[in-house]
Amino acid sequence: MGILQVNDVNKRFGGLQALNNVTLDIEEGSVHAIIGPNGAGKSTLLNCFVGRLVPDTGTVMFNGKSLLGIKPYEINQAGVSRVFQTPEIFEEMTLLENIMIPELAHRDGAFRINGWSSVGGDKEVRDKALAMLEEVELADKKDMVAGSLSRGDKRRLELAMCLIQEPKLLLLDEPTAGMSRADTNNTIDLLKKIGERGITKIVIEHDMHVVFSLADKISVLAQGTVIAEGLPNEIKGDPRVQEAYLGGAHL
Amino acid sequence: MTSTVTATSPARDALMMVIFIAAVLTMPIWLTPIGAGYPDLLQKFAIYGIFAVGFNILFGLTGYLSFGHAAFLGVGSYTAVWAFKLLGMNAIPAVALSIVFSGVFAAAIGYVSLRRAGIYFSILTLAFAQMSYNLAYSVLTPITNGETGLRVLNSDPRIFDRMFGGGETQGVLLANFFGIELTGYAGFYFCAAILIIAFYVSLRIFRSPFGMMLRAVKSNQNRMNYTGLNPRPYTLAAFVISGMYAGLAGALLCVTDPLAGAERMQWTASGEVVLMTILGGAGTLLGPILGAALIKYFENIFSAFNDTTLAQFYSFLPEGAQHFMVELSSLFVGEGWHLTLGVLFMLIVIFLPGGIMEGIRRLAALFNRRGTGGGAAANDAGTVPAPAE
Repeated sequence: MGILQVNDVNKRFGGLQALNNVTLDIEEGSVHAIIGPNGAGKSTLLNCFVGRLVPDTGTVMFNGKSLLGIKPYEINQAGVSRVFQTPEIFEEMTLLENIMIPELAHRDGAFRINGWSSVGGDKEVRDKALAMLEEVELADKKDMVAGSLSRGDKRRLELAMCLIQEPKLLLLDEPTAGMSRADTNNTIDLLKKIGERGITKIVIEHDMHVVFSLADKISVLAQGTVIAEGLPNEIKGDPRVQEAYLGGAHL
Repeated sequence: MTSTVTATSPARDALMMVIFIAAVLTMPIWLTPIGAGYPDLLQKFAIYGIFAVGFNILFGLTGYLSFGHAAFLGVGSYTAVWAFKLLGMNAIPAVALSIVFSGVFAAAIGYVSLRRAGIYFSILTLAFAQMSYNLAYSVLTPITNGETGLRVLNSDPRIFDRMFGGGETQGVLLANFFGIELTGYAGFYFCAAILIIAFYVSLRIFRSPFGMMLRAVKSNQNRMNYTGLNPRPYTLAAFVISGMYAGLAGALLCVTDPLAGAERMQWTASGEVVLMTILGGAGTLLGPILGAALIKYFENIFSAFNDTTLAQFYSFLPEGAQHFMVELSSLFVGEGWHLTLGVLFMLIVIFLPGGIMEGIRRLAALFNRRGTGGGAAANDAGTVPAPAE
């Protein structure tokens, strides 16, 4: 019994069957990659895990609790954090604030009016945030406005924002999209480093280099269907996978 | 390039608070040379300062631009006058009840309006405020006394007044603070004390986790949702708090002059507080108060001009030129002073989008650079907005 169980999920957009009986079982503590060519339904599937989309049929169970029909913030409070293709951070705020917000959300819940205490005076949250920034090597930039960071640093920051919440499941939607090779390798190193925490991760990725560096298990999605699943070595040699990638979208 | 956003500390805030208190309480002294040192105008500075400080908690922090805050000002005024009529002329119950009623009213309007963001939110609040205004003029006449405006009469119950033997008064009824009549300077100091409290509350909110969440609403609601935060109650709380500030300001308008009219709820009044906040610097602590004072000051000066004073002003010119200049200038003064305000507002938005506070920051940066011989420390002070300042 995995931490996330996806059962017979179907999603149709008009005439397009975006997801077709997708079934996945994500093992706790593993890094599970979902790969596939453009338009395979990877992002659609991810959006079904976080409350952005509701599948037409099927179930998504996290720790024995359904994730369908509940709001994104409730899903996060249940222990699922998400990294976006384009880093979603609080651009106008400082790095330290960017990290303190998720920590406060983790500690105080989805809504709390604490308008009389001072952010600066909350040593507990502040120290934790600083330690987190230290870990992703952004501590020296803590008072910078997040919008002024480089793409690679924004990604680091976003990861740190997710990690400080100690999620049970971390969803990574193309974590290296649009990055230079150097930034990509940095991000891989960082992801490997945080791998030691034992957080279950689902990585959606295009870049085979990234996938084979990180994944314990791989599912291949093509045209909304899981066409192959297995260990990285098995997937590498699978003719169906090569067909899906190299043969492109067959008509 | 590091920004100065977190360059705040309890010590700096305490210093700012001390200077603020001193500046507000000595306003009658240091504003006299520019002709603003008389109670009626000073009261307005304080009252509209409170209005703008509250508006800034919504607009400056969350970025939600309400175009209907005058409705809460009106609700506060009507509540205050009713409190005078029923309970007595003491200002404290009137102020307290106004805050409560405008808060409830803001919760209702906010609950509906906050279902939309951006321009739709602005239009919804504008529509609600105009509805309130028209209701106050028509159907609600029994409560608002329609066009005449609501005032306190000698025949009103005023139960506490009568209980303590102050029932029948000769002449005009004035609000009091446990026996001190709140007109003139007493009225100003009452408003000033409340302004100081209101400013302190806003300072605490700015520095609190709650205030940080409100800035997060403005920055990225998507990230908030995926960080386990529900933005809706945060925006609603900000809306209600700013509505309560508006109600408080409305009550103080009636404390200094116990009369409530529906025109207080008109859209022009809602627009005015938007102008004050942007002029001073939205999202800054002091900006809205400066904006409010500046607009009220110029309103006072420009609307006092008429053709005769203008003719005197241009009397050094030959008659034809004098006539022409008077005709031209008269468009911008008196009734037409809003034209001046419009021009001023355009200049600020185009050249100083961060308002007066940004101007001050730029000047400070300029002096710093001169002082340190082109030091590098200050070179970003003007380009990176520091919303927490």
